[in-house]
Amino acid sequence: MMINSTDVVAVLPFISVALGSVGLLIADLLIPAERRHVTAWLAAALLLTAAVIALSLLGSPTFEAFGGMVISDPTAFFLDTLICTIGLVTILLTLRYNQVRGILRGEFYILLALSISGMTLVTHANNLLILLLGIELLSIPLYVLCGIARPRLESEESALKYFLTGAFASGFLVYGIALTYGASGTLSLQTAPAAPNVSGDPLLLIGIGLILVGLGFKVAAVPFHLWAPDTYEGAPTTVTAFMATATKVAGFAALLRVLHGGLPGMESTWQPLVAIIAAATMIVGNLAALAQQNLKRMLAYSSIAHAGYALVGVAAHDTTSVVFYLTGYAFTTLAAFAVITAIGSSEGEEMQFLEAYSGLGRQKPLLGAVLAIAMFSLIGIPPTVGFIGKYFVFQAAVAKGLVWLAVLGVLTSAMAAYYYLRVVMVAFIREGSAAAPLPTPSAPRNLAAAISVAAVFVLGVVPALLLSMIGNGMLSTTP
Amino acid sequence: MQLASSKLRWFLAMADFVPVFILVLLSTGLALLVLLISVLFGPRRRAQNATKLMPYESGMRPIGVAQRRLPVRFYLIAVLFILFDIEVVFFYPWAAAFRALGWYGFANMLIFAALLLVGYVWLWRKGALEWESVDKS
Repeated sequence: MMINSTDVVAVLPFISVALGSVGLLIADLLIPAERRHVTAWLAAALLLTAAVIALSLLGSPTFEAFGGMVISDPTAFFLDTLICTIGLVTILLTLRYNQVRGILRGEFYILLALSISGMTLVTHANNLLILLLGIELLSIPLYVLCGIARPRLESEESALKYFLTGAFASGFLVYGIALTYGASGTLSLQTAPAAPNVSGDPLLLIGIGLILVGLGFKVAAVPFHLWAPDTYEGAPTTVTAFMATATKVAGFAALLRVLHGGLPGMESTWQPLVAIIAAATMIVGNLAALAQQNLKRMLAYSSIAHAGYALVGVAAHDTTSVVFYLTGYAFTTLAAFAVITAIGSSEGEEMQFLEAYSGLGRQKPLLGAVLAIAMFSLIGIPPTVGFIGKYFVFQAAVAKGLVWLAVLGVLTSAMAAYYYLRVVMVAFIREGSAAAPLPTPSAPRNLAAAISVAAVFVLGVVPALLLSMIGNGMLSTTP
Repeated sequence: MQLASSKLRWFLAMADFVPVFILVLLSTGLALLVLLISVLFGPRRRAQNATKLMPYESGMRPIGVAQRRLPVRFYLIAVLFILFDIEVVFFYPWAAAFRALGWYGFANMLIFAALLLVGYVWLWRKGALEWESVDKS
């Protein structure tokens, strides 16, 4: 009953971020309204601390804590580190962008930190209730963050759409959890299907199916993806950047916890389902992205397509490749969004359409280069991390006998080259118009772009660095 | 043998829900019955005059429109009320098991109350409780 110190260590990143955001709430009251960036820097310091804590715990052995409610393994701590780092880079992106658009509010950073605390709980979930708690904790602040640019209509629209579909998805998740509990009599991910005569129970199968639907909504997998383009387009770009990266990572962390970390002996049941969803996600995401003229919308479909590639790794039951893929994808996408947050007029009008980027590579060679590197990595061209990530995922699929999925992945990647290269072409080959807005200068944003680009190259050249940190997957009683 | 026992288990699990099924049947049946009686025995007036079309046929005459505009602050107060009202739900079980939980439970409730207090202080300072002034955020 009593809590001991190893219990606390197991979720130390979560506890530090959660308590830190409560502290941030108080600190924000003491900071005068015209010095709001202090809250942002405090939040950045909090996330840096949490990232360092999670990083230092990477070497600790795998153990369950709080009576088996949470679990700690190197993969979980690595995901914590990744999520906190993404949050940190996002805060660097927001400073100038939010100031220009009048949304440099203390609440923004408090909500961001609270959402991250939910994500760091999801990565450790070993019980379906903790999983649900973490997912709600990460979602609810995000609903508010999407609408934080009120009274802008598109921001409110994006918040409402995300809230309604998100609540709907949570409903699926809860119903699935209830049925799983009804079938097995336990909420633990380790023992749920191990109960006698349970693994073929229709209640359990329906329950797991509904849980998959709920989590599919969160990672925007086809056919549960329709909220993503509208939400990504309308939300402030800094929030979009956070949602496309950190939320995606947390959603996959939940999927990995349920399918790879839990439900031992059920692989043959969920594998065909996940493989079909992965195939549909890759095809639909890439096909829809082809037609987009709006860069944010295109990146939304691109994020759907990349969820498909990560799902290939999930279907292949290879946790390491999925986590590696997500890490590479997150930093690449952050680099792309760093450029989008830079372009825009000082009145706060966003330049989302592709036309606005014509001539960018000539006028601002560095920003153009960052955009081009991000696009090359999203296609998967060596020596960027996009190539290595895809290589690992497809290799895992082939090793598991899912050759058709790997072939489909390679084919859709080739298709994706068209719309990614079009961005590079517009930025570098087309003449810039005189009306094209100049980027607003911002040192923190440049730092964020530099971190992301550095990560894209370093991980692309020395992937072994990351692989040793991720560890060899999640604890499960199946070999 | 395995199949048979799993089927048996299934039926045993479903047996717990038999009262629920009976309740669903009874309530659906009763609702249909009431509707049927009113269709069979109720008087049928073809004439649709203004009195007949009023929401309350022999009640008060309605004044104004139904969609009146309310100050949005009522909504805020309502949300805050729900928030601080729900918290009591967590205090009741603690109070019921106060002796069994001892200092451990007390410390936990203290943490819970402290978190709640932070939220209260925050919305107080942000001006959510002030009826007249504009919000300071």
